[in-house]
Amino acid sequence: MYIIVVGAGKVGWNLARELLEKEHEVTVIESDRRRYLTVEQELEHNVSYGDASELWVLERAGIQRAEMVIAVTGDDEDNMLICQVAKEKYMVERIIARVNNPRNKPHFDLLGIRPSVSATDLILRLLEHEVPEYGLVHLLDLQEEQLEIIEMLLGKDCGVNGRRVGDLSMPEGSLLISVLRNGKGFVPGPDTILEPGDEVLAVLDPGKEDELKEIFGPAGGNGAGAG
Amino acid sequence: MFILIVGCGRVGSSLARAMLKEGHEVSCLDEDPESHARLEVGLDKAWEDLGGRFTVGAGLETDALVAAGIEEADAFIASTDGDNTNIIIAQIAQKRYEVPTVIARILDPLRAEWYNRQGMKTVCPTRVAIDMLEGAVREGAGRGAA
Repeated sequence: MYIIVVGAGKVGWNLARELLEKEHEVTVIESDRRRYLTVEQELEHNVSYGDASELWVLERAGIQRAEMVIAVTGDDEDNMLICQVAKEKYMVERIIARVNNPRNKPHFDLLGIRPSVSATDLILRLLEHEVPEYGLVHLLDLQEEQLEIIEMLLGKDCGVNGRRVGDLSMPEGSLLISVLRNGKGFVPGPDTILEPGDEVLAVLDPGKEDELKEIFGPAGGNGAGAG
Repeated sequence: MFILIVGCGRVGSSLARAMLKEGHEVSCLDEDPESHARLEVGLDKAWEDLGGRFTVGAGLETDALVAAGIEEADAFIASTDGDNTNIIIAQIAQKRYEVPTVIARILDPLRAEWYNRQGMKTVCPTRVAIDMLEGAVREGAGRGAA
């Protein structure tokens, strides 16, 4: 594949190395002269000097034939602009954007720039995963597939404690895929009885979270299901 | 009209003052609190006393946009010193807040042209400068040859 990586910082440079090792054709575009010279020593003709926000710089890097553009600069506006232009002007099949400030993620979504990856978000989710509290943790969003994988900790007063998985009224478009108990994970069967302290993983259509929270939240909600 | 101007530099502040004078409601948003001073150049009263609004914040921050009044805006001008910022916030104003009139100042003629074709109202000072300079040079050359 011919891939253009914009930004030769730690992420871009390392990404380029990995992609080259996988035998893709790669051009990295870097706008800082000193950074460019440093990276050029290793990547040679695979790095190009210029501001990738400029359309002629992208054209000089052959964006018309690129199959993928990955924008990993430190600037969210630049990443958005480059990906938008790549997708809509140059019809690049796949774009990936880095989100530096998680608060800008809605803007990436608004402009249709997906997937967009926020390292901060990923780490925050891992933190939550390591120290779960009541509530629902997003582990993974599969944007193309329109699916999420979420995790919930069953508290002491959780309505589904002591119930069979098979008896739960899981909302349509959701599935319990794993239970973590005492440090061990297993795929639950219909006869699995849920216990307080279990961390359950579910895959679901986005928009079903509230229904799921009802079921797995404290008892007293109507969530334990009619079943 | 309620006009929201993001970027209170020379262009933004001059536009703000002119629009306020014409009787519109004007709100300015800028990251730099010092830029407020530009709004009061040549005025004998404080900007706020004349009915103007000023908010400190970045155009990409939705809290700041809302505080500056984007939900009520009839017109939105993206006039920061960053082309990409202007292009992005103009689209936020159009697509998320559905502001009826959105204009972006874009210095790069190529980006300005493309986004214009995509339906964004753009003003490109560079294009104007290029055209005027070409005209002036041709005029000079013409006189020289005569």
